[in-house]
Amino acid sequence: MKTFILASLFAGAMALPAAADYTIIAPANPGGGWDQTARAMQTVMQEEGISPSAQVQNVPGAGGTIGLAQFASQNRGNPDALIVGGYVMVGAILTNNSPVTLQDVTPIARLTGEYEAIVVPAASPIESIEDLIEQLKADPGSVSWAGGSAGGADHIAVGLIAKATEVDPTTINYIAYSGGGEALAAILGNQVTAGISSLGEFEAQIEAGTLRLLATSAPEPIEGADAPTLKEAGLDVVLENWRMVAAAPDLTDEQKAKVSADIEAMVTSDSWQKQLSDKGWADTYLAGEEFDAQLESDTTATDAVLRDIGLIK
Amino acid sequence: MDAYSFLLQGLVTASDPMMLFYALIGVTLGTAVGVLPGIGPALTVALLLPVTYRLDPAGSLIMFAGIYYGGMYGGSTTSILLNTPGESASIITALEGNKMARKGRGGPALATAAIGSFIAGLIATLLLAFLAPWIVKIALVFGPREYFALMVLAFVTVSAAFGDSALRGLTSLFLGLALACIGIDQLTGQARLSFGVPDLLDGIEVTTMAVAMFAVGEALYIAGQSIQHDDQVTAVKGSVWMNRLDWMRSWKPWLRGTAIGFPIGAMPAGGAEIGTFLSYAAEKKLTRHPEEFGEGAIEGVAGPEAANNASAAGTLVPLLTLGLPTSATAAIMLAGFQQFGLQPGPLLFATNPTLVWGLIASLLIANAMLLVLNLPLIGLWVKLLTIPRHWLYAGILLFATLGTIGANPSSFELGMLLAFGVLGYVMRLFGYPIAPIVVGLILGPMAEQQLRRALSISQGDWTTLVQSPIAAVLLGLAALAFIVPLIMRARGKGEMLSQMAGDED
Repeated sequence: MKTFILASLFAGAMALPAAADYTIIAPANPGGGWDQTARAMQTVMQEEGISPSAQVQNVPGAGGTIGLAQFASQNRGNPDALIVGGYVMVGAILTNNSPVTLQDVTPIARLTGEYEAIVVPAASPIESIEDLIEQLKADPGSVSWAGGSAGGADHIAVGLIAKATEVDPTTINYIAYSGGGEALAAILGNQVTAGISSLGEFEAQIEAGTLRLLATSAPEPIEGADAPTLKEAGLDVVLENWRMVAAAPDLTDEQKAKVSADIEAMVTSDSWQKQLSDKGWADTYLAGEEFDAQLESDTTATDAVLRDIGLIK
Repeated sequence: MDAYSFLLQGLVTASDPMMLFYALIGVTLGTAVGVLPGIGPALTVALLLPVTYRLDPAGSLIMFAGIYYGGMYGGSTTSILLNTPGESASIITALEGNKMARKGRGGPALATAAIGSFIAGLIATLLLAFLAPWIVKIALVFGPREYFALMVLAFVTVSAAFGDSALRGLTSLFLGLALACIGIDQLTGQARLSFGVPDLLDGIEVTTMAVAMFAVGEALYIAGQSIQHDDQVTAVKGSVWMNRLDWMRSWKPWLRGTAIGFPIGAMPAGGAEIGTFLSYAAEKKLTRHPEEFGEGAIEGVAGPEAANNASAAGTLVPLLTLGLPTSATAAIMLAGFQQFGLQPGPLLFATNPTLVWGLIASLLIANAMLLVLNLPLIGLWVKLLTIPRHWLYAGILLFATLGTIGANPSSFELGMLLAFGVLGYVMRLFGYPIAPIVVGLILGPMAEQQLRRALSISQGDWTTLVQSPIAAVLLGLAALAFIVPLIMRARGKGEMLSQMAGDED
């Protein structure tokens, strides 16, 4: 019977959202980037007294589109509900033909971001990004790229590289793994030619000398990363895998202003900065109209490249 | 300092009374959530992460370790007693364990699971401590084609191990494979068979399916029987402890389960379930009591339970040596490491030996704590079976529903639970085994993805599948496992084989 009581308590504890405090939806399983972002927000909001009993709820599935759809339909006009999302969601909305898009929620701000890194195993004959591009141009199929899920930031970056090198994007040989970690195993095991994922996924290996960093997708050289940007290598590719927070649809202007102010208070706090540095995330806070404009241009660009790769018809 | 002194130092740190208290909280919570279907150790660690922020690194790691091992163990209790697997890694345990429980041997079944988990956890943790850097090198050799060969071996051995009718077993397996096709194709990002329902985009959740098939299906089946036709469940017959014969029949499966589970757990794309499938198939082949398989053979509990705990330790190999989280819980633990400013990776053993050995020592303590906590509770657990059946099954239904809702608050998920429950009932009614359908759902997508990755890397050249020595050997073993029974049958030994096959449900 002890189990039954425990079970009911546990399920009950998770089903009950606290009143007048933020409930942050992480549209992914525990452990991933969005979940970690949501939990970092929760910790900071609690510590800073912005929302003393903020809750995190995981609604996993389909690149975040399931959580997004549930969030938009259940929280119309609710000023206490937040959802974490990111660049991957932009792609997933397009490839899954999701009926609910980011236009159906109220995007508040971009919080953090990571740049893509292109690596090869230490034993690879490929020494530089130029070598890799040369092989890609000669025979696109012979370069197998290991990265995260199909249609995600990693896949899109490969599509952009192909376009920039005038290789037909439909011929790229992209091997999708469920995440950067599983892809890392394939790269370390010499199963594929190259790997592409967030720099953070590879950092420890690059430091230990088991992977060679060829290039990053940052606009400016990254401090501490011993490789050129793709731009410096002559490819017009800049890609940031960003994470954001959005509020519920149909908020009044006052409600939206309050959420924005709370998020700004969170971002400028010391404990948020500590979270960022502990996790190695860059502070790429962007809010208001600038964020809306960036969201729109990212959506258009992503739509174009996904069509080029052949993921949306 | 060498490994031993670091480990000793870690053990000293971890045996501080306060640390032991954290370990106790960890294993208690872990066992509790392992028992609840759907809510796994990953979610618990995630929920506790903000709490542990205020603890010191040693205290929170020891708690994580307790939750992790406790969760792996807790799933076996409900599998055995209620036929409701709490985690996908304890699905196989339900097959023999629940049969034992119904014959009044629930006590020995729980004991062999607890002791087997302890021994496997102990051996695997020591292997982790001393061999991790070498094991990870071997695990990395496994690429898509080697994984595919491993899956083929699992398919052949596992489907041969289920049921007395090959046709019924295969029907069930292929139903599982068909259901496995639902959802977004991982390699191209295109939705398959989802009929525009967003909830189907990620495919069918394995635990929902397993709980529906085993628990809901069974509850319906029991309810469907007339009251007079009552095969009374014996709560306790004989001792609740293992007798001499139980020990003799358990120790080899424990060791074999550890040997199978640990390396598979250490493989980045292995997963705890595969180890339990292979262990079950191996025990069924090697047992001296083939007639008992399907009727409650203790080997069928001892082996898979040891395998799933050993693979839990195996999962930590890539986490500590590569910074590679290969399970959801490991990913959260990685986040936990980062909270203390640590970056797991190839340098962690060198840069932070105190913490790494502290974690390994915590695992050993948590493992021992788990045994101390659970052995005395067995007597209490088996009393669950004395609850009148109508209450018990009503409770199981409530429990299954709560777990599903708790893991994923969606009415669609609940609908699936009920629909698959009805399917499980119908399959039982017509004598189709239900384990293969779950096995198909788990192994199907893995096999498909690995095959397509292998072919994509080789640019469509099928011979790549046999060009790697490991893959070739695994495929050869699979072929033998398939052909030998055919030859034996042709030589008129079919009768013996079908006897050996036993009925799984």
